[in-house]
Amino acid sequence: MIEQIYSLLPPVVWDILWAMVKAVIILLGLVISAAWMIWLERRLLGLWQDRYGPNRVGLWGLGQVIADMLKIFFKEDWMPPFVDKFTFTLAPAIAMSMMLLPFCLIPITPNWGVASADLGLLFFFATAGLAVYAVMLGGWSSNSKYSLLGGLRSTAQTISYEVFMGISLMGIVVQTGTFNLREIVLWQQEHVWLIFPQFFAFLTWALAGVAVTHRTPFDLPEAESELAAGYHTEYSGMKFGMFFVGEYVGIVMVSGLTTALFFGGWEAPFGDYLPFLNTVPFLWFAIKSLFFMSSFILLRAALPRPRYDHMMSAAWKVCLPMSLLNLIGTAAVVLWLGA
Amino acid sequence: MIEPIVVGAFYVAAIVALFSTVMVVVNTHPVHALLYLVLSLLSVAMVFFTLGAPFAGVLEVIVYAGAILVLFVFVVMMLNLGKQTVDQERSWLKASGWIGPAVLAAVLLAELVLVLVVTPQNGFTPISGQTVDAKAVGVALYGPYLLAVELASTLLLAGLVAAYHLGRHQES
Amino acid sequence: MKSFFAVLHGIWTQLRSIGMIFMHSFRPRDVILYPEVKPPVPPRYRGRIVLTRDPDGDERCVACNLCSVACPVGCISLQKAERPEDGRWYPEFFRINFSRCMFCGLCEEACPTNAIQLTPDYELCEYDRQNLVYEKEHLLISGVGKYHDYNFYRVAGMAIKGKGKGEALNESAPIDIKSLLP
Repeated sequence: MIEQIYSLLPPVVWDILWAMVKAVIILLGLVISAAWMIWLERRLLGLWQDRYGPNRVGLWGLGQVIADMLKIFFKEDWMPPFVDKFTFTLAPAIAMSMMLLPFCLIPITPNWGVASADLGLLFFFATAGLAVYAVMLGGWSSNSKYSLLGGLRSTAQTISYEVFMGISLMGIVVQTGTFNLREIVLWQQEHVWLIFPQFFAFLTWALAGVAVTHRTPFDLPEAESELAAGYHTEYSGMKFGMFFVGEYVGIVMVSGLTTALFFGGWEAPFGDYLPFLNTVPFLWFAIKSLFFMSSFILLRAALPRPRYDHMMSAAWKVCLPMSLLNLIGTAAVVLWLGA
Repeated sequence: MIEPIVVGAFYVAAIVALFSTVMVVVNTHPVHALLYLVLSLLSVAMVFFTLGAPFAGVLEVIVYAGAILVLFVFVVMMLNLGKQTVDQERSWLKASGWIGPAVLAAVLLAELVLVLVVTPQNGFTPISGQTVDAKAVGVALYGPYLLAVELASTLLLAGLVAAYHLGRHQES
Repeated sequence: MKSFFAVLHGIWTQLRSIGMIFMHSFRPRDVILYPEVKPPVPPRYRGRIVLTRDPDGDERCVACNLCSVACPVGCISLQKAERPEDGRWYPEFFRINFSRCMFCGLCEEACPTNAIQLTPDYELCEYDRQNLVYEKEHLLISGVGKYHDYNFYRVAGMAIKGKGKGEALNESAPIDIKSLLP
């Protein structure tokens, strides 16, 4: 029976279909985990502030996300009369999609992962660069002072942080010799997790990753104490929801990238000595990503927001030289060993 | 052997690039025009992809769409352009103003189409089947074009120093 | 060099505060799960206002209007009446608008008969604002409240049926001003 159905179409078509199904599953998993990330954040913030957080709806309050989503879906999609309608609608779509896109590069398990592009990291830089438009256009099209200020801040911040984010990851590219994330993970399985040789790259990448997702302490674009809600002040309903969930998608994406780039992807720690640990690659990917997602929340719970000029000078005067030195050092070591 | 789907993608991207570039010129709203420019750059990046130069394509997105045009939009956002700019733009779009450049651009377009249509028997392969990846670009830059790279980097350093000098706070 | 150490010190302080916040994972929570666990309320907590009765079961309020005057937000209104059978004063209606009341307790301090008292009940929510206007039948409880033995008419000099002048507690008999005898 199954073989008859299988023989209806050529195998290439079945392969394409299966790849599409995989991609859809990964997409759904990403969005759903991003949505429950909201719950995780509220519970963990509660834990670290000695309170409970949402614990009423469903088991441990897990249904809170569903309730919130239902509410935000049925909210009136109100658009202020003074906005620039075209860009106002475009901005949240850019925000969500540019955070979703890089996840297609991340190798989840040896067999799972949407794409294994040779451009890998470069593609991530491209989407991260385009993600600026969401905040910038959102801020400009809202036609209000707070939104515009948030948009301007975010533009300057993202451009500054993208510079050394790219340079810090170039150390990895020099060491592994490829942009392809799957090959980077495989290289780490052969040699060593890149966190050890590329520790300074990891430091700057961690800062840049937080800045790219606009999370505390780098959430100056939406600094609520001074800018109302920053670039999404005028947004409501599902348009705001897109910005909101997009931020959490960004967290999941950056956590997944960190796992793949620095912590060996799906590889189990001590897998050489305890081989049975390697039987569940997805679990290890999930555990490592969850660790970084929780670290994002810990940062938010612990750190105050820096002043804007402090943040910019930290980017240009500390992180950029550090990542440049790291890149030059890595290149020197690679040349030395290669020669 | 070039797959027909790649050729199709090339032409679609090229048409999108043409359309959006025309919209950059004729759109009277400055920010919308800049958005069309972003789209035009993205489609040019797609053209690079189809031509087998993914590294150049991604750099197009990162550098032009992701950094330079961001600054363009940044500045235009700060200008607070109102209704009268739109009217001014509209007055500039009279037929006498655009018909000359449009004809010249059409000539260039015809040439481009000719180049694309001319097939390998004339001696060049328009859409080459080979891929120029990042490593190939690097080898080319630091091999035959080393002098050009060094010259360009010196120029950039000079620009950097000049920008630093101009942006410095004046000690009173 | 100095700024280098400043950067290092800055990084150290940030890491330290992250660590301190993380140690809060192992602290007990400072909040309680409210509807299931009630917070401990002191007995003199200023919550819902009640009108109490004296030990005999008659209402204490004599409708003197002092609480209404003392109320800073003016949420108390009442009307005096007199019972024809024994001459006791009582409020014909007594109305407290709890949507205005700020639970300052000045009415309780002003009350000469200990009739109006604030209780530790704080769960006063209503879906309809009109329901927050409490009438006398909502306010009057069948108990003595905080003062178990106090009975105004027993200690006050006012004559009511069954208690003439001078018959109250610690009260001397009225002096006959027309008599010359001591």
